[in-house]
Amino acid sequence: MSGETPDTTAAVLEVAGIDVRFEGVVALDGVSLTVRANQIVGVIGPNGAGKTTLFNAVSRFVTPVTGTITFKGQSLLGLPTWRLAHMGIARTLQGLGLWPTLTVLENVVAGSPSRTRLAPDLLALPSADRHTASLREEALANLGALGVADRAGAYPGSLPHGVQKRVIIARALMARPSLLLLDEPASGLSATDVSELIDLLRSLRTRMAIALVEHHVDMVMAVSDTITVLNLGQVIASGSPAEIRANSDVANAYLGQTVAHA
Amino acid sequence: MHLFLIYTVDGITNGMVYAAVALALVMIWRATRIINYAQGAMAMFTTYIALIVIRHGAPYWLGFVVALATGLVIGAVTERVLVRPVESRPPLNAVILSLGVLILLEAIAPMLFGGQTQSFPVPVSNTDLLVGGTSLDISPFALFTIGAVLIAMLLLFLVFQRTTLGLRMRAAAFNPEIARILGIRVGRMLTLGWGLAALLGALAGMLAAPSVYLYPSNMDEVLVFGFTGAIIGGLESPVGAVAGAVGVGLALSYVSGYVGSDLAPLGGFAILIVVLMLRPQGLFSFGRQRQV
Repeated sequence: MSGETPDTTAAVLEVAGIDVRFEGVVALDGVSLTVRANQIVGVIGPNGAGKTTLFNAVSRFVTPVTGTITFKGQSLLGLPTWRLAHMGIARTLQGLGLWPTLTVLENVVAGSPSRTRLAPDLLALPSADRHTASLREEALANLGALGVADRAGAYPGSLPHGVQKRVIIARALMARPSLLLLDEPASGLSATDVSELIDLLRSLRTRMAIALVEHHVDMVMAVSDTITVLNLGQVIASGSPAEIRANSDVANAYLGQTVAHA
Repeated sequence: MHLFLIYTVDGITNGMVYAAVALALVMIWRATRIINYAQGAMAMFTTYIALIVIRHGAPYWLGFVVALATGLVIGAVTERVLVRPVESRPPLNAVILSLGVLILLEAIAPMLFGGQTQSFPVPVSNTDLLVGGTSLDISPFALFTIGAVLIAMLLLFLVFQRTTLGLRMRAAAFNPEIARILGIRVGRMLTLGWGLAALLGALAGMLAAPSVYLYPSNMDEVLVFGFTGAIIGGLESPVGAVAGAVGVGLALSYVSGYVGSDLAPLGGFAILIVVLMLRPQGLFSFGRQRQV
């Protein structure tokens, strides 16, 4: 964390010194990451560096052997995955995970972590209908914000990859997150799509903190406030895009010539 | 022609019972990728409990409600306690487990309820309706059977298609990982899915018992026919399962009527074999092959 301008904003996510091992193999080794409110944090690194494992630790799919993970000061360790969405942590997956038999709108509605209201739902009470209607409205608004509201009635399988990637972000927004974790949001997108994604992330930043794991280095450089570089499970650099660009360790380990052109 | 009508009505009535079992199998398959071979035995168990309630002087309808409620509980508890630990294991573990539950239930039923065959009451008459001296070839109980299964299906359809809860249950079944990330309590959805499936099975048990009688393995054949229907329907499709099961009911009724009742079970297997040979993905599953 060299030379970073002192940031007084409260940390939304604080990962401190976590070790993750898979059957003895070290996947993350003393990794720390801080994401502050209204900040975009990029995590880059070569394949197998542990980027997605870091997100999986935050999402409670894997449990670190040491270290702490806190969200707004509360430890996440020990919580089941499903609780996170209810606390305001949303995430997208590389694999998209859209339900092919549900329409786009249903997919997004299903992303709402609002309480399951068993009795009203089963009895089909009017209050359940109102609840469903308000969720659909919110889902449509989110789809609208991503410019894909006109696809609400379509099935995901019939849509281009770029549109599907917008739909999963719309779905993640149903959690009204204060922390949004994006797993490779730019992968498979055209240049136009990527520049629109950058605009979108900038507008979302006013409402939430965003962390993204990404291979598309130019995109991360363009959009991030701070960048953390992982290599072989360790943080090898962390700082502003300019600092990362100038860091020779990063250049050696990962970026190579890409940086010179960027 | 008259006989044909009689066999058709019988076939549809029995087919609706198989359809309830088939639908229960499909629900559990879709939620947890497990064929619940204990579906019939669980229904046998809840039917015995209904019989005890009725024998103690309670009205049939109380026994009916108790059976369905017990089914819900048995299904939910089975998922939470027995199935949960094997859900992330190889599929064979779940197969062995559900066969184990089948054997266990059929073994303890004689200890708890006695092994002898018992008759089972009907809530409405079992003899064919007469209008102005001519028989309508359908009994009030047959109408009740068809109606009860249709209502149960309609309710389930509404829950799964029209409610947020149903949407979450489908989401949890399809992709548990993303469902958890979205805040869905996947475990709870699976428990509920098993509970609802066992409730449907309990309904089948109540409807089958007056004709197949009640004994510890009384639902074995019903399970096989329901399973055949579900396979014909492609195992993924609720509509296919119902259509397949009613088809099996009709085929068995015709075989039994025109050829001989001893051959009816053989007819069921013949259908299953032909369908699996010609369309292994089932008649109602389009495109995609079934993945195991």
